[in-house]
Amino acid sequence: MNAKGTVFKYGDNVDTDVIIPARYLNSSDPGELAAHCMEDIDGEFVKRVKKGDIIVADKNFGCGSSREHAPIAIKAAGVSCVIAETFARIFYRNAINIGLPIIECPEASKGIGAGDEVEVDFDSGLIKNLTRGTEFKGQAFPPFMQKIIAAEGLVNYINEKRN
Amino acid sequence: MGMTMTQKILAVAAGLPKVEAGQLIEAKLDLVLGNDITSPVAIKEMEKMKVTGVFDRDKIALVPDHFVPNKDIKSAEHCKCVREFARQNEITNYFEVGEMGIEHALLPEKGLTVPGDVIIGADSHTCTYGALGAFSTGVGSTDMAAGMATGEAWFKVPSALRFHLVGKPDKWVSGKDVILHIIGMIGVDGALYKSMEFVGEGVAHLSMDDRFTIANMAIEAGGKNGIFPVDDVAEAYLKEHTNRPYKVYEADEDAVYDAEYTIDLKALRPTVAFPHLPENTHTIDEILEREPIAIDQVVIGSCTNGRMDDLRAAAEVLKGRHVAEGIRCIVIPATQAIYLQAMEEGLLRTFIEAGAIVSTPTCGPCLGGYMGVLAEGERCVSTTNRNFVGRMGHTSSEIYLASPAVAAASAVTGKISSPYEL
Repeated sequence: MNAKGTVFKYGDNVDTDVIIPARYLNSSDPGELAAHCMEDIDGEFVKRVKKGDIIVADKNFGCGSSREHAPIAIKAAGVSCVIAETFARIFYRNAINIGLPIIECPEASKGIGAGDEVEVDFDSGLIKNLTRGTEFKGQAFPPFMQKIIAAEGLVNYINEKRN
Repeated sequence: MGMTMTQKILAVAAGLPKVEAGQLIEAKLDLVLGNDITSPVAIKEMEKMKVTGVFDRDKIALVPDHFVPNKDIKSAEHCKCVREFARQNEITNYFEVGEMGIEHALLPEKGLTVPGDVIIGADSHTCTYGALGAFSTGVGSTDMAAGMATGEAWFKVPSALRFHLVGKPDKWVSGKDVILHIIGMIGVDGALYKSMEFVGEGVAHLSMDDRFTIANMAIEAGGKNGIFPVDDVAEAYLKEHTNRPYKVYEADEDAVYDAEYTIDLKALRPTVAFPHLPENTHTIDEILEREPIAIDQVVIGSCTNGRMDDLRAAAEVLKGRHVAEGIRCIVIPATQAIYLQAMEEGLLRTFIEAGAIVSTPTCGPCLGGYMGVLAEGERCVSTTNRNFVGRMGHTSSEIYLASPAVAAASAVTGKISSPYEL
Protein backbone atom coordinates (compact mmCIF):
# COMPACT_ATOMS: atom_id res chain seq x y z
CA MET A 1 0.00 0.00 0.00
CA ASN A 2 1.30 3.43 -0.93
CA ALA A 3 0.45 7.07 -0.30
CA LYS A 4 1.55 10.00 -2.42
CA GLY A 5 0.71 13.66 -2.03
CA THR A 6 1.58 17.22 -1.14
CA VAL A 7 2.65 17.98 2.42
CA PHE A 8 0.95 20.19 5.00
CA LYS A 9 3.53 20.84 7.72
CA TYR A 10 2.86 21.58 11.41
CA GLY A 11 4.94 21.92 14.58
CA ASP A 12 4.94 20.37 18.08
CA ASN A 13 1.88 19.45 20.17
CA VAL A 14 -0.87 19.80 17.57
CA ASP A 15 -3.84 19.02 19.83
CA THR A 16 -7.16 17.44 18.90
CA ASP A 17 -8.97 20.68 19.85
CA VAL A 18 -7.34 22.48 16.91
CA ILE A 19 -7.71 19.44 14.63
CA ILE A 20 -11.46 19.48 15.21
CA PRO A 21 -12.77 22.15 17.63
CA ALA A 22 -15.38 21.01 20.18
CA ARG A 23 -17.93 23.45 18.76
CA TYR A 24 -18.35 20.93 15.90
CA LEU A 25 -18.57 17.85 18.13
CA ASN A 26 -22.35 18.00 18.12
CA SER A 27 -21.92 16.09 14.85
CA SER A 28 -20.27 12.74 14.23
CA ASP A 29 -20.69 12.83 10.44
CA PRO A 30 -17.26 12.41 8.79
CA GLY A 31 -18.09 14.85 5.98
CA GLU A 32 -19.20 17.60 8.37
CA LEU A 33 -16.14 17.06 10.57
CA ALA A 34 -13.83 17.16 7.53
CA ALA A 35 -15.27 20.55 6.56
CA HIS A 36 -13.75 22.01 9.77
CA CYS A 37 -10.55 19.95 9.93
CA MET A 38 -7.52 21.90 11.27
CA GLU A 39 -9.69 25.04 11.35
CA ASP A 40 -8.18 26.56 14.50
CA ILE A 41 -4.55 26.04 13.47
CA ASP A 42 -4.75 26.47 9.68
CA GLY A 43 -7.80 28.16 8.19
CA GLU A 44 -6.47 27.44 4.67
CA PHE A 45 -6.21 23.66 5.15
CA VAL A 46 -9.75 22.73 4.11
CA LYS A 47 -9.60 25.04 1.07
CA ARG A 48 -6.31 23.59 -0.18
CA VAL A 49 -6.26 19.92 0.81
CA LYS A 50 -6.55 17.39 -2.06
CA LYS A 51 -7.23 13.68 -1.89
CA GLY A 52 -4.00 11.86 -1.06
CA ASP A 53 -2.24 14.79 0.63
CA ILE A 54 0.00 14.12 3.61
CA ILE A 55 0.33 15.81 7.03
CA VAL A 56 3.83 16.01 8.53
CA ALA A 57 4.31 17.27 12.09
CA ASP A 58 6.85 17.39 14.88
CA LYS A 59 6.40 16.03 18.44
CA ASN A 60 3.25 14.79 20.20
CA PHE A 61 0.78 15.08 17.31
CA GLY A 62 -2.84 14.62 18.40
CA CYS A 63 -2.38 15.39 22.09
CA GLY A 64 -5.29 16.22 24.39
CA SER A 65 -8.85 15.06 24.02
CA SER A 66 -9.54 11.43 23.04
CA ARG A 67 -12.04 12.51 20.39
CA GLU A 68 -11.88 10.00 17.54
CA HIS A 69 -13.51 12.78 15.51
CA ALA A 70 -9.93 14.10 15.02
CA PRO A 71 -8.51 11.22 12.94
CA ILE A 72 -11.95 10.77 11.34
CA ALA A 73 -11.88 14.42 10.19
CA ILE A 74 -8.33 14.06 8.84
CA LYS A 75 -9.17 10.85 6.97
CA ALA A 76 -12.43 12.24 5.59
CA ALA A 77 -10.62 15.39 4.42
CA GLY A 78 -8.69 13.11 2.05
CA VAL A 79 -5.39 12.88 3.90
CA SER A 80 -3.63 9.61 3.04
CA CYS A 81 -1.03 9.54 5.81
CA VAL A 82 0.22 11.45 8.87
CA ILE A 83 3.94 11.42 9.59
CA ALA A 84 5.21 12.79 12.92
CA GLU A 85 8.21 12.70 15.19
CA THR A 86 5.89 11.24 17.88
CA PHE A 87 2.14 10.83 18.33
CA ALA A 88 0.09 11.24 21.50
CA ARG A 89 -0.96 7.76 22.53
CA ILE A 90 -4.75 8.01 22.24
CA PHE A 91 -4.50 9.56 18.76
CA TYR A 92 -2.08 6.77 17.80
CA ARG A 93 -4.59 4.09 18.88
CA ASN A 94 -7.51 5.87 17.26
CA ALA A 95 -5.73 6.28 13.93
CA ILE A 96 -4.88 2.57 13.81
CA ASN A 97 -8.39 1.61 14.93
CA ILE A 98 -10.10 3.63 12.18
CA GLY A 99 -7.55 2.77 9.49
CA LEU A 100 -5.79 6.15 9.07
CA PRO A 101 -2.17 5.33 8.20
CA ILE A 102 0.37 7.02 10.49
CA ILE A 103 4.14 6.71 10.74
CA GLU A 104 6.58 7.85 13.42
CA CYS A 105 9.80 9.15 11.89
CA PRO A 106 11.78 12.00 13.54
CA GLU A 107 14.14 12.33 10.55
CA ALA A 108 11.26 12.69 8.09
CA SER A 109 9.53 15.30 10.23
CA LYS A 110 12.76 17.35 10.11
CA GLY A 111 13.56 16.68 6.46
CA ILE A 112 10.17 17.43 4.91
CA GLY A 113 8.73 20.92 4.42
CA ALA A 114 5.34 22.36 3.53
CA GLY A 115 4.47 21.80 -0.13
CA ASP A 116 6.98 18.98 -0.67
CA GLU A 117 5.79 16.00 -2.71
CA VAL A 118 6.14 12.86 -0.59
CA GLU A 119 5.59 9.16 -1.24
CA VAL A 120 5.17 6.58 1.52
CA ASP A 121 5.40 2.79 1.21
CA PHE A 122 3.55 1.39 4.23
CA ASP A 123 4.88 -2.14 3.81
CA SER A 124 8.53 -1.13 4.05
CA GLY A 125 8.05 2.09 6.05
CA LEU A 126 10.06 3.93 3.37
CA ILE A 127 9.30 7.65 3.06
CA LYS A 128 10.56 9.42 -0.10
CA ASN A 129 10.72 13.20 -0.38
CA LEU A 130 10.33 13.48 -4.17
CA THR A 131 10.86 17.26 -4.12
CA ARG A 132 14.25 17.09 -2.38
CA GLY A 133 15.29 13.60 -3.50
CA THR A 134 15.77 12.32 0.06
CA GLU A 135 14.63 9.12 1.79
CA PHE A 136 13.74 8.20 5.34
CA LYS A 137 12.94 4.94 7.09
CA GLY A 138 9.85 5.15 9.28
CA GLN A 139 9.22 2.87 12.22
CA ALA A 140 7.42 -0.31 11.14
CA PHE A 141 4.33 -1.41 13.07
CA PRO A 142 4.48 -4.52 15.26
CA PRO A 143 2.72 -7.53 13.59
CA PHE A 144 -0.38 -7.22 15.84
CA MET A 145 -1.01 -3.64 14.70
CA GLN A 146 -0.24 -4.54 11.10
CA LYS A 147 -3.11 -7.04 11.27
CA ILE A 148 -5.51 -4.30 12.42
CA ILE A 149 -4.28 -1.96 9.69
CA ALA A 150 -4.53 -4.71 7.05
CA ALA A 151 -8.14 -5.27 8.12
CA GLU A 152 -8.69 -1.49 7.70
CA GLY A 153 -9.53 -1.02 11.35
CA LEU A 154 -10.34 -2.69 14.66
CA VAL A 155 -13.99 -3.46 13.86
CA ASN A 156 -13.10 -5.55 10.79
CA TYR A 157 -10.21 -7.14 12.68
CA ILE A 158 -12.54 -8.29 15.45
CA ASN A 159 -15.14 -9.51 12.95
CA GLU A 160 -12.50 -11.50 11.07
CA LYS A 161 -11.14 -12.93 14.31
CA ARG A 162 -14.63 -14.10 15.32
CA ASN A 163 -15.25 -15.87 12.01
CA MET B 1 13.17 -7.65 37.03
CA GLY B 2 10.03 -6.77 39.00
CA MET B 3 6.82 -5.17 37.81
CA THR B 4 5.40 -1.72 38.45
CA MET B 5 1.96 -1.33 40.03
CA THR B 6 0.42 -0.82 36.59
CA GLN B 7 2.22 -3.82 35.09
CA LYS B 8 0.99 -6.07 37.90
CA ILE B 9 -2.63 -5.10 37.29
CA LEU B 10 -2.26 -5.58 33.53
CA ALA B 11 -0.58 -8.99 33.93
CA VAL B 12 -3.53 -10.30 35.96
CA ALA B 13 -6.07 -8.85 33.49
CA ALA B 14 -4.21 -10.51 30.61
CA GLY B 15 -4.02 -13.84 32.45
CA LEU B 16 -0.22 -13.79 32.37
CA PRO B 17 2.21 -14.44 35.23
CA LYS B 18 4.37 -11.55 34.11
CA VAL B 19 4.40 -8.70 31.59
CA GLU B 20 7.10 -6.26 30.63
CA ALA B 21 7.22 -2.79 29.11
CA GLY B 22 6.54 -2.80 25.36
CA GLN B 23 4.69 -6.12 25.37
CA LEU B 24 1.36 -6.16 23.50
CA ILE B 25 -1.43 -7.80 25.51
CA GLU B 26 -5.17 -8.30 25.39
CA ALA B 27 -6.67 -7.58 28.79
CA LYS B 28 -10.09 -8.20 30.34
CA LEU B 29 -11.97 -5.03 31.26
CA ASP B 30 -13.82 -4.25 34.48
CA LEU B 31 -15.50 -1.09 33.17
CA VAL B 32 -16.03 0.61 29.80
CA LEU B 33 -17.07 4.27 29.87
CA GLY B 34 -18.44 6.71 27.32
CA ASN B 35 -20.07 10.14 27.23
CA ASP B 36 -22.48 11.99 24.94
CA ILE B 37 -19.75 12.99 22.46
CA THR B 38 -17.82 9.74 22.17
CA SER B 39 -20.59 7.14 22.68
CA PRO B 40 -22.62 7.89 19.52
CA VAL B 41 -19.52 7.16 17.40
CA ALA B 42 -18.89 3.99 19.42
CA ILE B 43 -22.51 2.85 19.09
CA LYS B 44 -22.29 3.27 15.30
CA GLU B 45 -19.05 1.25 15.23
CA MET B 46 -20.53 -1.48 17.45
CA GLU B 47 -23.43 -1.87 15.02
CA LYS B 48 -20.88 -2.90 12.38
CA MET B 49 -19.60 -5.69 14.62
CA LYS B 50 -21.03 -9.16 14.43
CA VAL B 51 -22.27 -9.16 18.01
CA THR B 52 -25.75 -9.39 19.48
CA GLY B 53 -25.23 -7.06 22.42
CA VAL B 54 -22.85 -5.78 25.06
CA PHE B 55 -20.49 -8.13 26.90
CA ASP B 56 -21.84 -7.26 30.36
CA ARG B 57 -24.53 -4.68 30.99
CA ASP B 58 -23.20 -4.06 34.53
CA LYS B 59 -19.70 -3.20 33.32
CA ILE B 60 -20.55 -0.32 31.02
CA ALA B 61 -21.09 3.26 32.17
CA LEU B 62 -22.75 5.81 29.91
CA VAL B 63 -22.65 9.37 31.21
CA PRO B 64 -24.01 12.18 29.04
CA ASP B 65 -22.19 15.16 30.57
CA HIS B 66 -20.40 17.23 27.92
CA PHE B 67 -23.23 19.10 26.20
CA VAL B 68 -25.88 18.16 28.79
CA PRO B 69 -28.51 19.42 29.58
CA ASN B 70 -28.73 19.46 25.77
CA LYS B 71 -27.18 22.65 24.41
CA ASP B 72 -28.68 22.43 20.91
CA ILE B 73 -30.67 20.12 18.62
CA LYS B 74 -27.67 18.17 17.34
CA SER B 75 -26.44 17.53 20.91
CA ALA B 76 -29.95 16.46 21.86
CA GLU B 77 -29.86 13.90 19.02
CA HIS B 78 -26.54 12.53 20.33
CA CYS B 79 -27.97 12.19 23.83
CA LYS B 80 -31.07 10.50 22.44
CA CYS B 81 -28.85 7.99 20.61
CA VAL B 82 -27.02 7.16 23.87
CA ARG B 83 -30.26 6.98 25.87
CA GLU B 84 -31.88 4.57 23.38
CA PHE B 85 -28.79 2.38 23.25
CA ALA B 86 -28.75 2.25 27.06
CA ARG B 87 -32.42 1.21 27.13
CA GLN B 88 -32.07 -1.41 24.39
CA ASN B 89 -29.06 -2.99 26.07
CA GLU B 90 -30.42 -2.52 29.61
CA ILE B 91 -27.23 -0.75 30.68
CA THR B 92 -27.20 -0.63 34.48
CA ASN B 93 -25.03 2.46 34.80
CA TYR B 94 -26.66 4.99 32.50
CA PHE B 95 -27.02 8.35 34.22
CA GLU B 96 -29.78 10.65 33.06
CA VAL B 97 -29.96 14.38 33.81
CA GLY B 98 -30.90 14.54 37.48
CA GLU B 99 -28.67 11.57 38.28
CA MET B 100 -25.67 12.44 36.19
CA GLY B 101 -22.52 14.34 37.01
CA ILE B 102 -19.20 14.89 35.30
CA GLU B 103 -18.16 11.32 34.55
CA HIS B 104 -14.80 11.25 36.34
CA ALA B 105 -16.27 12.66 39.54
CA LEU B 106 -19.41 10.53 39.26
CA LEU B 107 -18.02 7.02 38.76
CA PRO B 108 -15.82 6.89 41.90
CA GLU B 109 -18.64 8.52 43.89
CA LYS B 110 -21.00 5.76 42.71
CA GLY B 111 -18.46 3.11 43.74
CA LEU B 112 -17.89 1.87 40.19
CA THR B 113 -14.08 2.20 40.23
CA VAL B 114 -12.02 0.21 42.71
CA PRO B 115 -8.35 -0.76 43.18
CA GLY B 116 -7.00 -3.32 40.73
CA ASP B 117 -9.68 -2.60 38.08
CA VAL B 118 -8.80 -2.28 34.41
CA ILE B 119 -10.91 0.55 33.02
CA ILE B 120 -11.10 2.17 29.60
CA GLY B 121 -13.13 5.24 28.82
CA ALA B 122 -13.74 7.13 25.61
CA ASP B 123 -12.61 10.30 27.31
CA SER B 124 -8.98 11.25 27.82
CA HIS B 125 -9.42 12.05 31.51
CA THR B 126 -10.41 8.46 32.31
CA CYS B 127 -6.96 8.25 33.94
CA THR B 128 -8.59 9.87 37.01
CA TYR B 129 -9.43 6.51 38.66
CA GLY B 130 -5.76 5.72 39.17
CA ALA B 131 -6.20 7.78 42.34
CA LEU B 132 -7.89 4.67 43.74
CA GLY B 133 -5.20 2.24 42.57
CA ALA B 134 -6.95 1.17 39.35
CA PHE B 135 -5.39 0.94 35.90
CA SER B 136 -7.49 3.39 33.99
CA THR B 137 -6.88 5.02 30.65
CA GLY B 138 -8.51 7.07 27.92
CA VAL B 139 -9.23 5.60 24.49
CA GLY B 140 -11.27 6.53 21.42
CA SER B 141 -14.74 5.51 20.36
CA THR B 142 -13.73 2.41 18.36
CA ASP B 143 -11.85 1.01 21.36
CA MET B 144 -14.94 1.75 23.43
CA ALA B 145 -17.10 -0.11 20.89
CA ALA B 146 -14.77 -3.12 20.93
CA GLY B 147 -14.68 -2.98 24.73
CA MET B 148 -18.48 -2.92 25.00
CA ALA B 149 -18.76 -5.82 22.55
CA THR B 150 -15.96 -8.08 23.76
CA GLY B 151 -15.01 -6.96 27.28
CA GLU B 152 -11.40 -6.79 26.17
CA ALA B 153 -8.91 -4.22 24.91
CA TRP B 154 -5.39 -4.36 23.52
CA PHE B 155 -2.62 -2.51 25.33
CA LYS B 156 1.06 -1.94 24.94
CA VAL B 157 2.39 -2.48 28.47
CA PRO B 158 3.79 0.89 29.59
CA SER B 159 7.07 1.63 31.30
CA ALA B 160 6.81 4.07 34.18
CA LEU B 161 8.00 7.28 35.79
CA ARG B 162 8.00 7.29 39.59
CA PHE B 163 7.29 10.43 41.60
CA HIS B 164 8.27 10.36 45.28
CA LEU B 165 6.11 12.88 47.09
CA VAL B 166 7.57 14.09 50.37
CA GLY B 167 6.50 16.66 52.97
CA LYS B 168 3.19 18.37 53.59
CA PRO B 169 1.79 21.03 51.25
CA ASP B 170 1.01 24.50 52.60
CA LYS B 171 -2.61 25.65 53.09
CA TRP B 172 -3.26 27.07 49.62
CA VAL B 173 -1.25 24.41 47.76
CA SER B 174 -3.53 21.74 46.32
CA GLY B 175 -3.37 18.67 44.08
CA LYS B 176 -3.76 21.00 41.11
CA ASP B 177 -0.54 22.81 42.02
CA VAL B 178 1.26 19.47 42.42
CA ILE B 179 0.30 18.22 38.97
CA LEU B 180 0.84 21.58 37.23
CA HIS B 181 4.29 21.71 38.81
CA ILE B 182 5.06 18.21 37.51
CA ILE B 183 3.77 18.96 33.99
CA GLY B 184 5.84 22.15 33.98
CA MET B 185 8.86 20.06 34.93
CA ILE B 186 8.52 17.15 32.47
CA GLY B 187 6.48 18.79 29.68
CA VAL B 188 3.26 17.89 27.87
CA ASP B 189 4.89 14.80 26.36
CA GLY B 190 7.17 14.05 29.33
CA ALA B 191 5.26 10.88 30.19
CA LEU B 192 4.27 9.91 26.62
CA TYR B 193 3.10 6.25 26.51
CA LYS B 194 4.18 5.83 30.18
CA SER B 195 2.60 5.31 33.60
CA MET B 196 3.03 7.98 36.24
CA GLU B 197 3.28 6.27 39.63
CA PHE B 198 2.95 8.50 42.70
CA VAL B 199 4.45 7.18 45.94
CA GLY B 200 6.04 8.38 49.18
CA GLU B 201 5.04 9.66 52.60
CA GLY B 202 3.73 12.89 51.08
CA VAL B 203 0.80 10.98 49.58
CA ALA B 204 -0.72 10.71 53.08
CA HIS B 205 -1.05 14.53 53.14
CA LEU B 206 -3.15 14.56 49.98
CA SER B 207 -6.92 14.14 50.22
CA MET B 208 -8.74 11.84 47.79
CA ASP B 209 -9.92 14.93 45.91
CA ASP B 210 -6.31 16.09 45.53
CA ARG B 211 -5.33 12.65 44.23
CA PHE B 212 -8.21 12.58 41.73
CA THR B 213 -6.99 15.95 40.40
CA ILE B 214 -3.41 14.71 40.07
CA ALA B 215 -4.31 11.41 38.36
CA ASN B 216 -6.81 13.27 36.15
CA MET B 217 -4.10 15.40 34.55
CA ALA B 218 -1.61 12.56 33.90
CA ILE B 219 -2.83 12.76 30.29
CA GLU B 220 -1.68 16.40 30.11
CA ALA B 221 1.88 15.08 30.48
CA GLY B 222 1.12 12.53 27.75
CA GLY B 223 0.80 9.72 30.31
CA LYS B 224 -1.08 6.50 29.69
CA ASN B 225 -2.22 6.43 33.31
CA GLY B 226 -1.50 7.93 36.70
CA ILE B 227 -1.69 5.69 39.73
CA PHE B 228 -1.55 5.99 43.53
CA PRO B 229 -1.01 3.38 46.23
CA VAL B 230 -4.09 2.39 48.23
CA ASP B 231 -3.61 3.73 51.76
CA ASP B 232 -5.91 4.49 54.70
CA VAL B 233 -7.29 7.60 52.99
CA ALA B 234 -8.24 5.58 49.89
CA GLU B 235 -9.63 2.71 52.00
CA ALA B 236 -11.83 5.16 53.92
CA TYR B 237 -13.14 6.61 50.63
CA LEU B 238 -13.88 3.13 49.27
CA LYS B 239 -15.67 2.11 52.47
CA GLU B 240 -17.96 5.09 52.12
CA HIS B 241 -18.68 4.63 48.40
CA THR B 242 -18.66 0.96 47.40
CA ASN B 243 -19.46 -2.61 48.36
CA ARG B 244 -17.46 -4.06 45.48
CA PRO B 245 -14.64 -6.38 46.53
CA TYR B 246 -11.23 -5.32 45.30
CA LYS B 247 -7.58 -6.32 45.27
CA VAL B 248 -4.71 -3.98 46.04
CA TYR B 249 -1.53 -4.27 43.97
CA GLU B 250 1.85 -2.87 44.94
CA ALA B 251 4.90 -2.38 42.78
CA ASP B 252 7.68 -4.95 43.22
CA GLU B 253 10.70 -3.63 45.10
CA ASP B 254 12.89 -4.35 42.09
CA ALA B 255 10.52 -2.74 39.58
CA VAL B 256 12.36 -0.65 37.02
CA TYR B 257 11.46 2.97 36.21
CA ASP B 258 12.49 5.09 33.22
CA ALA B 259 13.07 8.00 35.61
CA GLU B 260 12.46 8.91 39.25
CA TYR B 261 11.65 12.33 40.66
CA THR B 262 11.32 13.67 44.19
CA ILE B 263 8.68 16.34 44.73
CA ASP B 264 8.88 18.30 47.98
CA LEU B 265 5.25 19.24 48.57
CA LYS B 266 6.24 21.70 51.31
CA ALA B 267 8.28 23.72 48.80
CA LEU B 268 5.50 23.95 46.19
CA ARG B 269 3.64 27.20 45.58
CA PRO B 270 0.30 27.88 43.89
CA THR B 271 1.04 27.34 40.21
CA VAL B 272 -0.60 28.66 37.05
CA ALA B 273 -0.24 27.34 33.48
CA PHE B 274 -0.20 30.15 30.92
CA PRO B 275 -1.59 29.87 27.37
CA HIS B 276 -1.44 27.70 25.32
CA LEU B 277 0.03 24.59 26.94
CA PRO B 278 -0.33 23.09 30.43
CA GLU B 279 3.51 22.97 30.64
CA ASN B 280 3.83 26.80 30.57
CA THR B 281 3.81 27.03 34.35
CA HIS B 282 4.65 29.95 36.64
CA THR B 283 4.41 30.12 40.43
CA ILE B 284 2.10 32.73 41.90
CA ASP B 285 5.17 34.54 43.26
CA GLU B 286 6.62 34.90 39.76
CA ILE B 287 3.25 36.19 38.56
CA LEU B 288 3.02 38.81 41.33
CA GLU B 289 6.36 40.25 40.17
CA ARG B 290 5.02 40.81 36.65
CA GLU B 291 2.59 43.31 35.17
CA PRO B 292 -0.88 42.35 36.45
CA ILE B 293 -2.79 40.01 34.12
CA ALA B 294 -6.37 41.30 33.85
CA ILE B 295 -9.06 38.70 33.26
CA ASP B 296 -12.68 38.53 32.06
CA GLN B 297 -13.94 35.23 33.42
CA VAL B 298 -13.30 32.57 36.06
CA VAL B 299 -14.47 28.95 35.85
CA ILE B 300 -14.39 26.74 38.94
CA GLY B 301 -15.38 23.16 38.20
CA SER B 302 -14.71 20.28 35.73
CA CYS B 303 -13.54 16.67 36.12
CA THR B 304 -10.28 18.15 37.38
CA ASN B 305 -11.56 20.49 40.09
CA GLY B 306 -15.31 20.25 40.67
CA ARG B 307 -15.24 18.21 43.90
CA MET B 308 -15.99 19.16 47.53
CA ASP B 309 -12.44 20.15 48.46
CA ASP B 310 -12.36 22.41 45.41
CA LEU B 311 -15.66 24.11 46.21
CA ARG B 312 -14.69 24.50 49.87
CA ALA B 313 -11.41 26.18 48.94
CA ALA B 314 -13.14 28.53 46.51
CA ALA B 315 -15.85 29.36 49.05
CA GLU B 316 -13.29 30.05 51.77
CA VAL B 317 -11.67 32.63 49.50
CA LEU B 318 -14.98 34.14 48.35
CA LYS B 319 -16.66 34.24 51.80
CA GLY B 320 -17.41 37.84 52.72
CA ARG B 321 -15.84 39.08 49.48
CA HIS B 322 -17.30 39.94 46.08
CA VAL B 323 -16.40 39.10 42.50
CA ALA B 324 -14.80 42.17 40.89
CA GLU B 325 -17.02 44.35 38.75
CA GLY B 326 -17.31 43.12 35.19
CA ILE B 327 -15.91 39.65 35.94
CA ARG B 328 -18.03 36.55 35.32
CA CYS B 329 -17.40 33.79 37.88
CA ILE B 330 -18.97 30.41 37.02
CA VAL B 331 -19.01 27.63 39.63
CA ILE B 332 -19.95 24.10 38.54
CA PRO B 333 -20.29 21.35 41.16
CA ALA B 334 -19.26 18.14 39.40
CA THR B 335 -22.11 15.88 40.55
CA GLN B 336 -25.59 16.13 42.03
CA ALA B 337 -24.27 14.77 45.36
CA ILE B 338 -21.55 17.43 45.43
CA TYR B 339 -24.12 20.09 44.51
CA LEU B 340 -26.34 18.98 47.41
CA GLN B 341 -23.45 18.78 49.86
CA ALA B 342 -22.33 22.26 48.82
CA MET B 343 -25.85 23.49 49.46
CA GLU B 344 -25.96 21.89 52.90
CA GLU B 345 -22.60 23.38 53.84
CA GLY B 346 -23.79 26.82 52.77
CA LEU B 347 -21.22 27.09 49.97
CA LEU B 348 -23.84 27.87 47.32
CA ARG B 349 -25.02 30.85 49.38
CA THR B 350 -21.41 32.04 49.64
CA PHE B 351 -20.96 31.80 45.86
CA ILE B 352 -24.22 33.55 45.05
CA GLU B 353 -23.68 36.30 47.63
CA ALA B 354 -20.20 36.84 46.19
CA GLY B 355 -21.73 37.42 42.76
CA ALA B 356 -20.77 34.07 41.21
CA ILE B 357 -23.23 31.85 39.38
CA VAL B 358 -23.72 28.15 40.14
CA SER B 359 -24.57 25.72 37.34
CA THR B 360 -25.91 22.17 37.19
CA PRO B 361 -23.12 19.63 36.53
CA THR B 362 -21.70 19.83 32.99
CA CYS B 363 -18.35 19.77 31.18
CA GLY B 364 -19.71 22.72 29.11
CA PRO B 365 -17.17 25.56 29.33
CA CYS B 366 -14.02 23.41 29.69
CA LEU B 367 -14.14 22.46 26.02
CA GLY B 368 -15.85 25.58 24.72
CA GLY B 369 -19.19 23.81 24.46
CA TYR B 370 -21.50 26.19 26.31
CA MET B 371 -22.04 27.79 29.75
CA GLY B 372 -19.08 30.17 29.50
CA VAL B 373 -17.65 30.29 25.95
CA LEU B 374 -14.98 33.01 25.52
CA ALA B 375 -15.14 35.89 23.02
CA GLU B 376 -12.26 37.24 20.93
CA GLY B 377 -9.32 38.28 23.09
CA GLU B 378 -10.94 37.36 26.42
CA ARG B 379 -8.96 35.89 29.29
CA CYS B 380 -10.14 33.21 31.69
CA VAL B 381 -8.66 31.74 34.86
CA SER B 382 -9.98 28.21 34.87
CA THR B 383 -9.64 25.21 37.16
CA THR B 384 -10.02 22.96 34.11
CA ASN B 385 -7.25 20.94 32.45
CA ARG B 386 -6.40 22.33 29.01
CA ASN B 387 -5.43 25.79 27.79
CA PHE B 388 -4.98 24.96 24.11
CA VAL B 389 -5.72 27.51 21.37
CA GLY B 390 -9.50 27.91 21.08
CA ARG B 391 -10.24 25.33 23.76
CA MET B 392 -12.82 27.49 25.55
CA GLY B 393 -13.94 29.64 22.64
CA HIS B 394 -12.39 32.11 20.21
CA THR B 395 -8.91 31.21 18.97
CA SER B 396 -7.53 34.49 20.33
CA SER B 397 -8.95 33.90 23.83
CA GLU B 398 -6.56 32.89 26.60
CA ILE B 399 -6.88 30.30 29.37
CA TYR B 400 -4.83 30.31 32.57
CA LEU B 401 -5.08 26.98 34.41
CA ALA B 402 -5.06 27.23 38.19
CA SER B 403 -6.34 25.80 41.47
CA PRO B 404 -9.80 26.71 42.82
CA ALA B 405 -8.18 28.98 45.46
CA VAL B 406 -6.20 30.96 42.87
CA ALA B 407 -9.24 31.08 40.56
CA ALA B 408 -11.44 32.44 43.37
CA ALA B 409 -8.82 34.99 44.42
CA SER B 410 -8.54 36.11 40.80
CA ALA B 411 -12.33 36.50 40.56
CA VAL B 412 -12.21 38.87 43.55
CA THR B 413 -9.49 41.14 42.15
CA GLY B 414 -10.12 40.80 38.39
CA LYS B 415 -6.50 39.82 37.79
CA ILE B 416 -4.50 36.65 38.41
CA SER B 417 -4.04 36.72 42.17
CA SER B 418 -2.77 34.81 45.15
CA PRO B 419 -5.13 33.56 47.86
CA TYR B 420 -2.35 34.53 50.32
CA GLU B 421 -2.48 38.20 49.31
CA LEU B 422 -6.18 39.08 49.59
